[in-house]
Amino acid sequence: MSDPIQLRSDETFTLNVGPQHPATHGVLRVKMEMDGEYIFSAETVLGYIHRMHEKMGENRTYAQYLPNLGRLDYLSAMAYNHGYVLAVEKAASIEVPERAEYIRVLTVELNRISSHLVWFGAFIMDLGGFTPLMYAFDDREAILDILEAVTGSRLTYCYHRFGGVYNDVDDDFIEGTKAFIPRMRKALKTYEDLVTKNIILMKRLKGIGPVSAEMCRKYGATGPVARASGINFDVRKNEPYSLYNEFDFDVPVYNECDSYARYMVRMEEMEQSLRIIEQALAKMPEGPIMPKKKPKIIKPPAGDYYQAVEAARGSFGIRIVSDGGKNAYRLKLRSPTYSNMHLFDEACRGMLIADALAFMGSIDLVIPEMDR
Amino acid sequence: MSGYFSEIISGGKSLVVGMSITLKEFFKPKVTLQYPHQTVKMAERFRGHIELIENESGEPNCVACGMCQRACPSGCISLTSKSVEIEVEGKTKKKKVLTSYDLNFTTCSLCGSCVESCNFDAICYSKEYNLASTRKEDFHFDLLKRLKERNS
Repeated sequence: MSDPIQLRSDETFTLNVGPQHPATHGVLRVKMEMDGEYIFSAETVLGYIHRMHEKMGENRTYAQYLPNLGRLDYLSAMAYNHGYVLAVEKAASIEVPERAEYIRVLTVELNRISSHLVWFGAFIMDLGGFTPLMYAFDDREAILDILEAVTGSRLTYCYHRFGGVYNDVDDDFIEGTKAFIPRMRKALKTYEDLVTKNIILMKRLKGIGPVSAEMCRKYGATGPVARASGINFDVRKNEPYSLYNEFDFDVPVYNECDSYARYMVRMEEMEQSLRIIEQALAKMPEGPIMPKKKPKIIKPPAGDYYQAVEAARGSFGIRIVSDGGKNAYRLKLRSPTYSNMHLFDEACRGMLIADALAFMGSIDLVIPEMDR
Repeated sequence: MSGYFSEIISGGKSLVVGMSITLKEFFKPKVTLQYPHQTVKMAERFRGHIELIENESGEPNCVACGMCQRACPSGCISLTSKSVEIEVEGKTKKKKVLTSYDLNFTTCSLCGSCVESCNFDAICYSKEYNLASTRKEDFHFDLLKRLKERNS
């Protein structure tokens, strides 16, 4: 990076990025104070797609709230459903059969890959390359077809249930997923040759958007953003839930702290997800997908329950405060991009606007999840 | 200086590798589906809007218990029923008969809670997905009427 320039606050002008802007991937407004082409400060303005999901959680019964979780992060809906059902199961002490746990892990990891593929395509498109988006969507289509055959929908799955999953997977799913793994490995190799090692991409991303580990801790950033800054934190490893401590996988960590490191973390995560899927397919037992004994109406005993899961964008936490009734007394959602976005202001000061948009893409924003 | 030239060479090579992939892709078969002329077959478990299921005599399976209505998170199902007296094996029994079943599809989120909560196998998902319209009335489905139209 070149030497930091001296910005003068007396000659700035305000530039609005969004709420309707293709680079923000949704209705996010960033109010930027500019000194020429350089950013003096950037204020994130939320609220354009606020739907009161937390309040809805207090007004709806536990089962009725399930479809909402898929609408938070429409790209990795499965992980959010997983977090919620885990939290309610913890609260109401419901046992989950082993096969259901395996199906959950399989679907969540497939969904993680599809989410990263969308990010990959959209991120490269932010940088000005259109073709990789088509490659990524072609491979994502294969995942969506597999998941659609099982769950019945393509994005907002609503597949996990308290105590298990909605439908059992069939042989087509197993065969389809087995066939998908070598296909995805081949595709990852193609992406590496086509995009990752491309000199233009490297010049565009290396050294851009430095996010230090201290900054991540200060703003509570998690997921690939934190892992690209040298913080080895993955909820799947650090606070294992479901069956994740039975699988052998690595957590990619980079110390470069730049946009290229964030890019690399996500590309390697896809490979690690494939490894988890491979192991889960090999180990998956036969058996029921729902427990024999399950309360018809979920009424967790009064108390405070928290569960975190690793969604595609970082750690998603859900806190349920129950007063023993049919609805939650208070339901708090901690979504990863909300925290990840807030380091944008501090990190982008003194950056060129073109670089800042590349940096924004590398944080991987999903606005409905940030502004819920 | 040598770093400068080696970067030019390695950078140029990366571009050539990328271009060769693009060239290979050029000769691969097309995957695009020509939509209005070709359509995708919907998956077996595709969740469309709901439809009533009929029994052998063409009447709906529904016993108007209202479970679907209560399970719906967005309250888009409204049904009414009346009780009639029927004779079964010489005895008169009271039975609920469905008189209307309205689905307000504008607020439906296609979560499937209604089908899941039904204990009488009375509702199923339709495979219909071409539902775009500019009129709000097109999304208020009278499912009982649709059932009769299907039968006639």
